[in-house]
Amino acid sequence: MPTQKTVAATGNTVVAEAMRQCAPDVVAAYPITPQTTIVEEFAAFVAKGRVHTEYVTVESEHSAMSACVGASAAGARVMTATSSQGLALMWEELHIAAGMRLPIVMANANRALSAPINIHCDHSDIMGARDTGWVMLFAETAQEAYDNTIMAVRVAENDDVLLPVMSTLDGFITTHSIDRVELMDDESVSAFVGEYVPKYPLLDLENPVTHGSFAGLDGPFFEFKKAQREAIERSRKVINDVGAEFSKLSGRPFGMIETWGMEDAEVAIIVLGSTAGNVRHVARGLRDAGMKAGVVKVRCFRPFPFAEIAEALLGVKAVAVMDRAESFGAEGGPLFLEVRSALYDSSERMPVIDYIYGLGGSDVKLELIESVYKDLTDIASGVEAPAGLVYLGTR
Amino acid sequence: MSTWDVSSLDEWKSDRFPLGAVIPESGNSRDYVTGGWRSERPVRDDVTCTQCLICWIMCPDSAINAEDEKVTTFNLAHCKGCGVCANECPADAITMVPEGCDLPEVK
Ligand code: SF4
Ligand code: SF4
Repeated sequence: MPTQKTVAATGNTVVAEAMRQCAPDVVAAYPITPQTTIVEEFAAFVAKGRVHTEYVTVESEHSAMSACVGASAAGARVMTATSSQGLALMWEELHIAAGMRLPIVMANANRALSAPINIHCDHSDIMGARDTGWVMLFAETAQEAYDNTIMAVRVAENDDVLLPVMSTLDGFITTHSIDRVELMDDESVSAFVGEYVPKYPLLDLENPVTHGSFAGLDGPFFEFKKAQREAIERSRKVINDVGAEFSKLSGRPFGMIETWGMEDAEVAIIVLGSTAGNVRHVARGLRDAGMKAGVVKVRCFRPFPFAEIAEALLGVKAVAVMDRAESFGAEGGPLFLEVRSALYDSSERMPVIDYIYGLGGSDVKLELIESVYKDLTDIASGVEAPAGLVYLGTR
Repeated sequence: MSTWDVSSLDEWKSDRFPLGAVIPESGNSRDYVTGGWRSERPVRDDVTCTQCLICWIMCPDSAINAEDEKVTTFNLAHCKGCGVCANECPADAITMVPEGCDLPEVK
């Protein structure tokens, strides 16, 4: 069993720590609020010789991900981190990394996208990347951000997957708040992630290969995309297996979803990231007052846990989805669209209401969450559900 | 020429394709015939040519053949007709002449 050390640290500090323990060969990164301290602290590890990583300072995130793609194709274990506009600037390389099946691991500090300019938490950046072909993990706490980063390496590099993985944590709330975190010892992490053996390294001069080739009209582009879909489908099992193995080591449970009070819940909130803690806190209080409140926290957004969510919601009379991102013109936010779709094949279809909340870091007060549970209770007892989505707590 | 057997490519299913569109060999751009893009071809006048090899260096497609340090022919399967060689030749020994409609060399 690993030795675990309890520390008080920010999410960014422990992500940098996890990266050091995973010992990437190459990190190419560009600083952006609120991700900056991840790469800053990692750079300090490199400078002090605490990790032997080729640290590439680049002039933009477009270049950061380009360098990561090149390094990964060369055969290196590659990690990086970004946020918001930086992630947006990486857009074309995100698709390239996934299409070339490069197991890059990247932390994202979830932050709003301009305009207007805003540096605070929401999921607009990460949701814009949801169709890029990356596996996407969400952390509620600094602990989960640490754990997810380590698990991400194993998932990405698994032979059945070989896809890039984003490990996300909420900007400022998780990246900058000091939290209680248990860190594993270096040897245990290093044994857990193992050594990366690349499949087709460009630097293997004995077996030359071509990366980044062309597949045009008559070419098999379509089949390559199908292979990508098959890989991300296979990742479901790998994520669960790696999670189970990691849980055994760490003593901390992992599932693609995590439920609270769902055994007999009549009303439930589905949520991603740091707000899950607030929702649980409110649900606990409401349970004490007699409301059968439940919480479903989604820890893995890509691949999306459709079956797990449909099963968790059996018996629930009204559901609220809390979306910290917009999908303007769609029927609801990104999480809502997935959840409603998950319920289409379910034997039970209850009212599902979408609440857009916390955009640009706007406060998620406990009373707001309480009001959502109150709405759900009314709807469960026959009050008509609102038509269309609800902006929670706007003026 | 390619050593990678893709003769039955049309029957391949998605699992048969190499990971991430990797081609398990290098230098295969020679199999990619780009000469069909050409609308003008370079013609070299051996009398004016001083064999300075500048065209051979400058050709972006490595489509100028040389032997014993002397320019010989143009590789018309790959020459795209960009005219760089004609422009760079200090002796004005290369002229670009319009192509006809059929390109036997490319086939
Ligand atoms: S026309 Fe362009 S491609 Fe053709 S031989 Fe001259 S430089 Fe090369
Ligand atoms: S650049 Fe002109 S002179 Fe020099 S080798 Fe080519 S054709 Fe001849």
